[in-house]
Amino acid sequence: MSKVIDDNVQKIDVVVLGAGPAGVAAATIASEHGADVAIIDENISGGGQIYRAPPKEYETHDSFKSPESYEGDRQRNYLSNSKVKTYFNYRVWSISQELVVSTISANGLKSWRPKALILANGALERIIPFPGWTLPGVMGLAACTILLKSQFVLPGRSTVVAGCGPLLMSVAYAIVKAGGNVSAIVDLSSKSEWVRVFPKMLSRPDLLLQGMKWLWKLKNEGIKIYNGYTVTKSEKDNDRLAITIAPFNHSGVNTDPKFQKLVEGECLAIGHGLIPSTEITRLLKAKHKYDLLKGGWVPVIDDEFRTSIPNVFIAGDASGISGAFSAVHKGRIAGLSALRDLNMISLKESKHKINNERNLLNKTENFGQAAAYLMRSRPELIKTITAETIVCRCEDVFRAEIDETIVSGAVDMNQLKAWTRCGMGPCQGRTCADSIEAILTSVVGSRELAGQWTGRAPLRPIPIEQIIGDYSYSDIPIPESAPL
Amino acid sequence: MGIYDIAVIGGGVMGCSTALHISRKKLKTVIIDSGALCREASGTNAGTLTLNMTRAALIPYAIKGWELWNSTEQWLYGDVGTISVNGLSLAFTEREEELLIKRAEARKAMGAPIEIVSSKKAQQLEPGLRQSVRSAAWCPKDGFTSAYLTGHAFRKVLNNEGVQIQEYFKVNKIDNENKYFLICNENGEFIKSKRIVLAGGVWLEYMLSLLNIFIPIKCLINQLIITERVEPVMKTVLSIANGLLSLKQFANGTVLIGGGWQGIGDTERGGVEAIPKNLVGNIRLACHTIPKLRFGRMARVWLGLEAETSDALPIIGNVPGFDDAYVIGSVHSGYTSGPYMGWLLSQFITGKEPDMPLFDPSRLLTQ
Repeated sequence: MSKVIDDNVQKIDVVVLGAGPAGVAAATIASEHGADVAIIDENISGGGQIYRAPPKEYETHDSFKSPESYEGDRQRNYLSNSKVKTYFNYRVWSISQELVVSTISANGLKSWRPKALILANGALERIIPFPGWTLPGVMGLAACTILLKSQFVLPGRSTVVAGCGPLLMSVAYAIVKAGGNVSAIVDLSSKSEWVRVFPKMLSRPDLLLQGMKWLWKLKNEGIKIYNGYTVTKSEKDNDRLAITIAPFNHSGVNTDPKFQKLVEGECLAIGHGLIPSTEITRLLKAKHKYDLLKGGWVPVIDDEFRTSIPNVFIAGDASGISGAFSAVHKGRIAGLSALRDLNMISLKESKHKINNERNLLNKTENFGQAAAYLMRSRPELIKTITAETIVCRCEDVFRAEIDETIVSGAVDMNQLKAWTRCGMGPCQGRTCADSIEAILTSVVGSRELAGQWTGRAPLRPIPIEQIIGDYSYSDIPIPESAPL
Repeated sequence: MGIYDIAVIGGGVMGCSTALHISRKKLKTVIIDSGALCREASGTNAGTLTLNMTRAALIPYAIKGWELWNSTEQWLYGDVGTISVNGLSLAFTEREEELLIKRAEARKAMGAPIEIVSSKKAQQLEPGLRQSVRSAAWCPKDGFTSAYLTGHAFRKVLNNEGVQIQEYFKVNKIDNENKYFLICNENGEFIKSKRIVLAGGVWLEYMLSLLNIFIPIKCLINQLIITERVEPVMKTVLSIANGLLSLKQFANGTVLIGGGWQGIGDTERGGVEAIPKNLVGNIRLACHTIPKLRFGRMARVWLGLEAETSDALPIIGNVPGFDDAYVIGSVHSGYTSGPYMGWLLSQFITGKEPDMPLFDPSRLLTQ
C-alpha cells in the first residue's frame, strides 16, 4: 500500500504504453537515438499477448514452446539490453490532455509527463455472444493462448476451437502439440474465402508453410474442420459442452435445424477476430474512423503514425489489425516520427529510415491484411444473439433489453448505455462494445451514427486503498463552502 | 412540421418537465436538443434529492421537487429509481460543527425538516459512519434517483403526450420574425414556433446571446466517481457541513461519490478530465466518512456540467424584452427541484399566477 501520494510528475522524452512487438520496437529505436524512454506494461514482462512469457518461477516445458516463444525471448532480451527504462506490473489508469500518464503499482501512484507518447496497447478479442457463451468452459481464443503460452495449462481434456482467422489453427495446433485433444474446429470462413486470401499470404511463404504444416498435422490427427460454420448454441451436458453449429456465409446464419450439426468438448475456445484497442485514444478524444478491414474503430493517423492529438503516436494492432510482424515496423515508424517531432533526428534521416520501414511494412502487411480480412467483423453474426442471450456480462443485460431500448429511443451508444447499464461494469465495455454497436448499427444504419462509448478514466478499475494511501482528515484539501 | 405553439430548446430535466406540463395544456410542443435527451447534467449528476445541500432560498422549491420525484407514477408515469432515505450532513471538526448548525438553522427557517443530532444518534441512523463524527444535521426527506434513467422516463411520457422530440439538432441561430421564431441548425434545417423556452443548462449564456441578451453564466465542472459493486456499506445519503460531499450506495451495490469537486472542462469541450488532486481528495473524504469504502475499487470517473449565475440563484421567467421567449435554468441543486420549476414555468407561460415566485432574469442583465 502506498504511504504517500506521489505528486511528482516525472518529465521524460518518450513514454511507450505496451511492451508488445510494436512497443518494444518503438521504445528501442527512440532510445537508440538518444531519447530518454520509459516503457510501461501491466504484464510481468515484455512480449505483449503474442509473445507472452511464463512467470519467471515456471519451469519451461518444451512441448509448449513455439517459434513465438523464441521470438518473444529475443525481443525481451533486446529490450533489457537497451537503455529503455522498463516498468512492468505498472497499470496506466489515466492520461490527461497534457499527457500526464498516471500509473498504479505495488509501489503506489506514479506519473510521467512525456514530450511524446507512443501508444502500443494492442487489440481486444471480439466474441459475438450466442446462447451459452457465459457457461464455464467457454473462453476466448486469446484466453486459451494465455493458458497455453504462459501457464502451460490445457484448456480442458477436449476442446472445440471455433471462430475465425489464423488464431484458430494456431490454438488448435498448440493444444495438440501440448498433448491435448481438439474435438473439432469450427471456422466462419469457407474454403473459398481462404482461397481468396491465399495470394496475399504468399507474401510470407514461411508463415504460409507453417500454417500448412499445422493444418496437415491437425488433419492427420483426424480432427474434423467445419468451414463456413458458426456456433449458435452451447449447452452444459454433464461435464461436457454440447455445441450446436450452423452453416454461415455472407448472407448470414442458416438456422434451419436440418443443416445444424452437434459437436462436443469439455470446453469451447472461441474468438471472432481482433478489435484495435481504443480505450486510450477515446479517453484522449482523438479522432476515430470505422474501418472494417482494420478490425473496427481506429484512430485517424497520418502516414507516419501521428494521431489527431499533438505528440501522441500509435503503433501495432491498436492502429489497425495487421499482426505482430507489421507491428515491429509500425512501432519503428512511430518511434522515428516521435524522434523527428522532438527534433532528435534530422528530417533527412527520419525520412530515409521511415521509408525503409515502410517498405518492410508493406511486405508484412499483405499477410497481416489477409489475416485481418479473415478476422473481420461480420454483422450477420448478431443473429446468433437471441433475445434471451446476455450481451453485457458484467451487468447482465440481455439482447431483448437492448432491442427494446433502441425501439424506445436510445439511438446512440451512450444513451443505450445509460438506459440499460450495458458497458457500465468492471470490464468497462471492452467485452460487449463491438456486439452492441453491431446491434445498434443494424437499426440506425452505420457505426458512425451509432457512435462509440465515451472513453473514461480509470482505464482499469483500481483499488481505492491504493489511491488514498494513509492520510488524516486535515490533509484533505476540502474546497470552500458551497453557497448557502 | 408546421408551426409549433412552443419550442423548448434544451432537453434536460428543466426543458423536459416544462415541455411535459405545457403539452398537457394542449399546446403543440417540440423539444429540441443538440444530443440525446437528458445526457448532460440531468443524466450525469449524482441524482441526489437532498435538502442538506440546497440553498436556503430554494428549500420550498426543493421540497416540492422531492415530492414530485417520490411520486413519479402520478405525473411522469415512469420510474427513475427514486429511493427515499435519511440524509445526514456531518461535522468532523469544531469549525464544521459551527457551520453545520448555522446552515441547518437557515434551511430549517425555510421549511426543511432538519434537526441537529448527536454523534450517537447519527451512528444509529448510519451504522457505517466513522465514529469520530461530532454531530450531524438529520433530514428525513432525502434520497436519490438513478439520474441516468431520467431521459428514458421523460422520453416515453413526452412521446405519449404527443410532444415532438427533435434530438441531435444543434441550434446555432434563432430568428425572431413577425409572428414566430425560426430555430435553425448548422445544416440549414429549421423549426418554426410561436413561443420558445430556453432550457440549455450551462449553454444558456450562448442561447440567450442568440437573442442578443447577455447574462453571464458560470460553468462548474463537477467530478463524480463510482465504485464497483461492494457489500452494503451505508444506507443514508451523506454530505458534510460545507456541502462538498455527496455519498450514497445504490441497490446494485455501487457507491457514488460526488459533492462538486472540480475537474477540467468548459462549455465548448464539455467535461475534459478530472484533476488528480481533487480525485484523491474527494475519495479520501468519502473514505473518512464511510471507512469500509476503502476496500472497494474505483470503476469510473466522469464530469457533469452545472450552471451558476452571478448571484447563484435561478433564472426563470421571460427573456428580458421578449414577451414570447422564456428561460429556465441555473438552479442550484437543480435536479431535485427541476420537475417543480418546469411546472411553475408552465403555469406562467399559460397565463396563470405561478404557485411560487419565479426568478426574473432581468436582474442579471449586463450591458
